[in-house]
Amino acid sequence: MSSSPAHPQRIVVIGNGMVGYKFCEKLVAKAQPGAYQITVFGEEPRPAYDRVHLSAYFSGTTAEELTMAPVSWYEENNINLHLGELVTGIDATSKLITTHKGLAISYDKLILATGSSAFVPPINGVEKEGVFVYRTIEDLDAMLEYAPKARTAAVIGGGLLGLEAAKAAMDMGLTTHVIEFASRLMPRQLDEFGSDMLKKKLENLGISIHLNKSTTAILGEPGVRKMTFADGSELDVDMIIVSAGIKPRDELAVKAGLSVGPRGGILVNDALQTSDPDIYAIGESALHGGMIYGLVAPGYDMAETVVTNLVGGEKTFKGFDMSTKLKLIGVDVASFGDPFISEPNARTIVFEDRIKGIYKRINISEDGKYLLGGILVGEAANYNMLLQTVQNRIIVPPDAEDLILGSRGGGSESAGAGVLSLPEEATICSCEGVSKGTICNSIKDEKLCDVASIKKCTKAGTSCGGCVPMLGDLLNATLKEMGQEVKQVLCEHFQYSRHEILDIVKVNNIRTFDELISHHGKGDGCEICKPAVASILASTWNELILKQATIQDTNDRYLANIQKGGTYSVVPRIAGGEITPEKLIVIGQVAAKYGLYTKITGGQRIDMFGARVDQLPDIWEELVNAGFESGHAYGKSLRTVKSCVGSTWCRYGLHDSVGFAIQIEERYRGLRSPHKLKGGVSGCVRECAEAQSKDFGIIATEKGWNLYICGNGGAKPQHAQLFATDLDTETCLRYLDRFLMFYIKTAEPLNRTATWLNKMEGGIEYLRQVIIEDSLGICADLEREMEFMVDTYACEWKEVVNNPELRKRFQHFVNTPEPDPSINFRPERGQKVPVI
Amino acid sequence: MLSTQNPDTRSSEVTYWFKAAEVSAFPADGGACVKYQNQQIAVFNFTRRNEWYACQNMCPHKQQMILARGLVGDQCGEPKVACPFHKKTFSLLTGENLNGECYEIQTYPVKVEDGFVYIGITE
Ligand code: SRM
Ligand SMILES: Cc1cc2nc3c(=O)[nH]c(=O)nc-3n(C[C@H](O)[C@H](O)[C@H](O)COP(=O)(O)OP(=O)(O)OC[C@H]3O[C@@H](n4cnc5c(N)ncnc54)[C@H](O)[C@@H]3O)c2cc1C
Ligand code: SF4
Ligand code: FES
Repeated sequence: MSSSPAHPQRIVVIGNGMVGYKFCEKLVAKAQPGAYQITVFGEEPRPAYDRVHLSAYFSGTTAEELTMAPVSWYEENNINLHLGELVTGIDATSKLITTHKGLAISYDKLILATGSSAFVPPINGVEKEGVFVYRTIEDLDAMLEYAPKARTAAVIGGGLLGLEAAKAAMDMGLTTHVIEFASRLMPRQLDEFGSDMLKKKLENLGISIHLNKSTTAILGEPGVRKMTFADGSELDVDMIIVSAGIKPRDELAVKAGLSVGPRGGILVNDALQTSDPDIYAIGESALHGGMIYGLVAPGYDMAETVVTNLVGGEKTFKGFDMSTKLKLIGVDVASFGDPFISEPNARTIVFEDRIKGIYKRINISEDGKYLLGGILVGEAANYNMLLQTVQNRIIVPPDAEDLILGSRGGGSESAGAGVLSLPEEATICSCEGVSKGTICNSIKDEKLCDVASIKKCTKAGTSCGGCVPMLGDLLNATLKEMGQEVKQVLCEHFQYSRHEILDIVKVNNIRTFDELISHHGKGDGCEICKPAVASILASTWNELILKQATIQDTNDRYLANIQKGGTYSVVPRIAGGEITPEKLIVIGQVAAKYGLYTKITGGQRIDMFGARVDQLPDIWEELVNAGFESGHAYGKSLRTVKSCVGSTWCRYGLHDSVGFAIQIEERYRGLRSPHKLKGGVSGCVRECAEAQSKDFGIIATEKGWNLYICGNGGAKPQHAQLFATDLDTETCLRYLDRFLMFYIKTAEPLNRTATWLNKMEGGIEYLRQVIIEDSLGICADLEREMEFMVDTYACEWKEVVNNPELRKRFQHFVNTPEPDPSINFRPERGQKVPVI
Repeated sequence: MLSTQNPDTRSSEVTYWFKAAEVSAFPADGGACVKYQNQQIAVFNFTRRNEWYACQNMCPHKQQMILARGLVGDQCGEPKVACPFHKKTFSLLTGENLNGECYEIQTYPVKVEDGFVYIGITE
């Protein structure tokens, strides 16, 4: 046991918000074990959560995911956490606090981290049903409950928080208005031109912006129906979010007789002490140097200051830079240093691109040497560098416009050199207060090899994430400095790109992951290189992938897609979407027998969900016996080739699109590739098979087939591009063979064909030369390699079903045949679905 | 007789060695799940390192009973397992989350004797 003082000092923290939590985290990290007895009171029902990313709650991030640390963390660190408990009184003389539940606790040091609440201006009618503020998870829940009844929302306030709220309103499907009293949006961060540009962008997204508008009343009974404004105009709305600023929660301090500012906020000195030296205030409730800091980074620095002084160190809070960068509704907005300073105190350079919606302004000192501040709207990639240039008083280049115009002509982004030119003390992560020196030294000393380990080791980049790109730059720059080559590599275990590994595998006839990593890599592999190498081996040798089951992603390892709850889905191949009634009946029977949820997929086939791992071989045995094969829905491989009904039935059909789709699907079934592959064949230009949204799409013409390539749906949809026209069937297949094999051999892991083409120098024209003109002289090889894949295809489920050794691998426990007892289902619309 | 043991375990505190299954039940460089009373324990046969590890089967990220089906590997030399669901990674030595998140997992000592794998339980 380490020595601990006889009486631990009693620290009471009022407020368990972001800063209150950070205080605890820092104190626990710095204190001698047993030196403090920490008690925390939080009024909210849950432990501190990430308010900065509150809006993510609307897009599905859960309250748990926003939580800074679970309740168990407080327990493990011996912190007494009282949630849902409001501190109602402080007796500074007897050093006692009391709560609304009647609890009284003594303290030696008291920390006020009470944050702030939303400022609600005294407008007639703001108390009405349908008026909300935007501060806590409860506020969000209340809005989510009300929103289905509403159609139009207005946000009062066009500042940073107001625009966040507008995004939330939009996400809830409401027609959204923003009402701003000032003549511009984000008046504290943007000038008129910046505001104009942002306004245009937001209007393009469907948000109506009203500037110079002061709300006089909110009408409607019982709920909001209308707002009226000082200029006589009106607006019909049925929901209002007030986001007009913040009001520091100083009520407790006032009651206790502590000094507060004339416009609110608990007065503190540079050590964050209030007028009572044993009481500190930190975060959004503290008033320092006439400022309330409505951002999290200064709050964290305040927490750091108090902790340092408590444990016997020395640190003062010297104010904080209010520079910010945000992504507002998909638009980058940043403002740094002094954004507004202008002639005659500074010289200003402005860049504006109205087509792309980009506005940039930088203010340079009169002597042209220093960057004083600026504004970025629409594109803020070099915000971090600019901010560092301001903060570290780095001399700007003679052509100062380079700072915002980037490198024109001369090679790639010079940011790398820029990071290196920063002094060691430059703060890179302002949330966690981590300097460049700390980061570079940990890279060197701890031999860090990726951004993830930098984050873990230094905590940089773990809060708002704004500095993460700089961490990457610093990593590359430092590694380079240490003489390590920086290049596109798979992961820490292989210093090669996927393409290079594929060549190594082929040239050296390598068949296993072990052999490859032992001779050409280092360490034991990881979740990145193992599946990538598995895919390369499969694309080269086409051996049964279960031969090396433990290097496969879990879907490939069990030849099925894993779902929530740990069950798997079963998707037999239904080539081209064509299926006989007899086979349909078998699917129905199998699904009924094993109690599987069935659904028609978006890929013209049938998915059966909810199979336990131990049931998979039995289910597939029945399917294989009925003539089904694996649909490879689990693999990065060919999925489906969608077809339309084509000339056989359709009055417009030009050729047999179903027949061709089936021929293609059977040709490439099981083909492992860098990412999944999808195809489509349509019988005419009406394009019912949506072929132009696939990795390869074929559309019948009077004279043959038009071939489109490199399209996809998904998160970033992209249309396929016309590659060749009026091909006969044979040529079309030959081009497809070459195209697919070339993609398999040269793409990076998990790049769809569209991404691969987007990165290709020379683009589709170059690809045409390779595939059609054979400019590289590799087409014969590509065709031969594809022929090998086609010839060696075997249904992997059939092999498993007939192999007792492999079947044994499909069970949940190895020491009992019991299934996983944690799997649970509930009924829904006549089928079962997992309980989670 | 082969007896490997992961280096960093509190095997001195073990009160009971649970006989889990034969060595052959655990695939090379991979894991399998073992039931002990009402617990699910993931056991990894890290053949490349000639080491064995065990940890809770439940991934703390989304409470999925799945870690046994994860990929094993190393991060800068530290043995780890990646959850199949969202690829969160955990140290097999300490159970610590290697992505800098605040949850961690329970690990157990493992020993191999006479072709059987034993998991060290501390009551
Ligand atoms: C079942 C299905 C949804 C449905 O009920 O219709 C589905 C389900 C899944 N899709 Fe999909 N996708 C399905 C059609 C689609 C389509 C539509 C299509 O193919 O016409 C698309 C857009 C088209 C495209 O891919 O270009 C689609 C785009 C995605 C993406 C995004 C890919 C991208 O490039 O952005 C993913 C994520 C990924 O693959 O990394 C994905 C991933 C997934 C996964 C595999 C997620 C996962 O890893 O667990 C889902 C597995 C469910 C399961 O357990 O079986 N799914 N998915 C569809 C199965 C089709 C089939 O028969 O095989
Ligand atoms: C939607 C939104 C978006 C934001 N975006 C950003 C951003 O992008 N960047 C940024 O830097 N900042 C942002 N902020 C601001 C940031 O969240 C705050 O600066 C930060 O949360 C302040 O932390 P705090 O601990 O001081 O206050 P809070 O997080 O408000 O915590 C104070 C806590 O104390 C409790 N409390 C108060 N009085 C008592 C009492 N008497 N007894 C018990 N408990 C009490 C409160 O209930 C509250 O839980 C945003 C805020 C919001 C609402
Ligand atoms: S879109 Fe695809 S990946 Fe997303 S939930 Fe639906 S099936 Fe799953
Ligand atoms: S459930 Fe394990 S990583 Fe998400």
